[in-house]
Amino acid sequence: MIKVVDLHKSFGDLEVLKGINTEIRKGEVVCVIGASGSGKSTFLRCLNLLEEPTKGEIYIDGISLMEHKKDINKLRQKVGMVFQQFNLFPHMTVLENIMLAPVKVKKMPEEEARGKAIELLRKVGLSDKDNAYPSQLSGGQKQRVAIARALAMDPEVMLFDEPTSALDPEMVGEVLAVMKQLAMEGMTMVVVTHEMGFAREVGDRILFMDEGVILEEGTPEELFGNPKKERTRAFLSKVL
Amino acid sequence: MFFVKFNQEGENIVLEGVYRVLSDAIYFNLIREDRYMLFVNGLKVSIQLTVFAAIIGVIIGLLMAIAKLTNNKILNRIATTYTDVIRGTPSVVQLIVIYYAILGSSQLPKLLVASLAFGINSGAYVTELIRAGIQAVDKGQMEAARSLGLSYSQAMRYVIVPQAIKNILPALVSEFIVLLKETAVAGYIALDDLTRAGTIVRGRTFDPYTPFILVALIYLYITSMLTAFMGRLERRLRQSD
Repeated sequence: MIKVVDLHKSFGDLEVLKGINTEIRKGEVVCVIGASGSGKSTFLRCLNLLEEPTKGEIYIDGISLMEHKKDINKLRQKVGMVFQQFNLFPHMTVLENIMLAPVKVKKMPEEEARGKAIELLRKVGLSDKDNAYPSQLSGGQKQRVAIARALAMDPEVMLFDEPTSALDPEMVGEVLAVMKQLAMEGMTMVVVTHEMGFAREVGDRILFMDEGVILEEGTPEELFGNPKKERTRAFLSKVL
Repeated sequence: MFFVKFNQEGENIVLEGVYRVLSDAIYFNLIREDRYMLFVNGLKVSIQLTVFAAIIGVIIGLLMAIAKLTNNKILNRIATTYTDVIRGTPSVVQLIVIYYAILGSSQLPKLLVASLAFGINSGAYVTELIRAGIQAVDKGQMEAARSLGLSYSQAMRYVIVPQAIKNILPALVSEFIVLLKETAVAGYIALDDLTRAGTIVRGRTFDPYTPFILVALIYLYITSMLTAFMGRLERRLRQSD
């Protein structure tokens, strides 16, 4: 579904990604872990070209992103993204946030989009908030709306960039629950996270990133139970 | 009191004199030959000019701000040159150049030419207001919009600009106040605006003070209404945050 070949990314002289190779299969939940500055978020942001790779290739459904930069708006529709800072549109109600892309990008009739948005809000447990503005919501509620907004485009894969890092501790659970439900429904997900419990429970595969490369990868049992690399062990001993 | 003098009938001469001067001033500068109509018509012209110029300025400002913010080098250059030239030259000079050198030979009405000139002038300042207002919108907003598949222009239109407007509006009202006062030089191209009404009346009454004090009071009245409106607007926008 997504194939990444020798992905490099530099910001000026700073090389953040130094050759990433991996493949994400349909229905798979891949969790990316690693220390701050290891390149996890940059890697994720490259997958929908929010950051433009310096070198390398990314294929989505066999289509090269680098060769189809002109069609990027089409390709991005297949890839939903959820941000650490939610990035809800503060001047729109919850419902309008969710309806915007289907109506403007997919040209879906408004009534249909509204129905779909209401359906999605129910799914993330916020049926009563349809006419609220983002500023009236708690952090956890905002993030669940953001998930609903991304889902409204029927993406084939969802990218999560540290979705719970900006939340108060008591709100982390409600967001993870929604993500877990999504994973169980078979959504393909790439999750950059510091929530090791979530990674272990929900992840099919864990990527451990360090200094711009995937240092180690495997099932949660392999990676958490029996890490092979010294660096991985050192990291896990600090966060677990 | 020192200034109080009385004549034989016990009337206050100084006060009497002041009344006389004031009523004469009002009579000659406003009432005789319906001269107040000159001020009224002048005010109409000034307001029309300000409104048209403001509309043109906002349109130009919006386009130029976007030209400044895109990655296109040529558009950047055009917008930067525009704002540099306009902000670096006096608006009177711009008005005269545009009127005589560029549009003088056309049959366009003077009011339209002046509106265009002041609009082009104001546009440069509006460009900077809008650019700053757009750049103040959180970067994550653009990323979120693009990640949903919106094009750059769709993201601008539906997500960034509506939020930027909140940052921009109060400063824009202040720009309109400046613009209203700037239009006072429209007389240079023989447009009968409010200030020129003052000149005309002075020419008839040979009274150098009263017409311009009246003109100043009228400007002040309009600008203080706009200032009050700006204050209300600012409070309203803060509330909705």
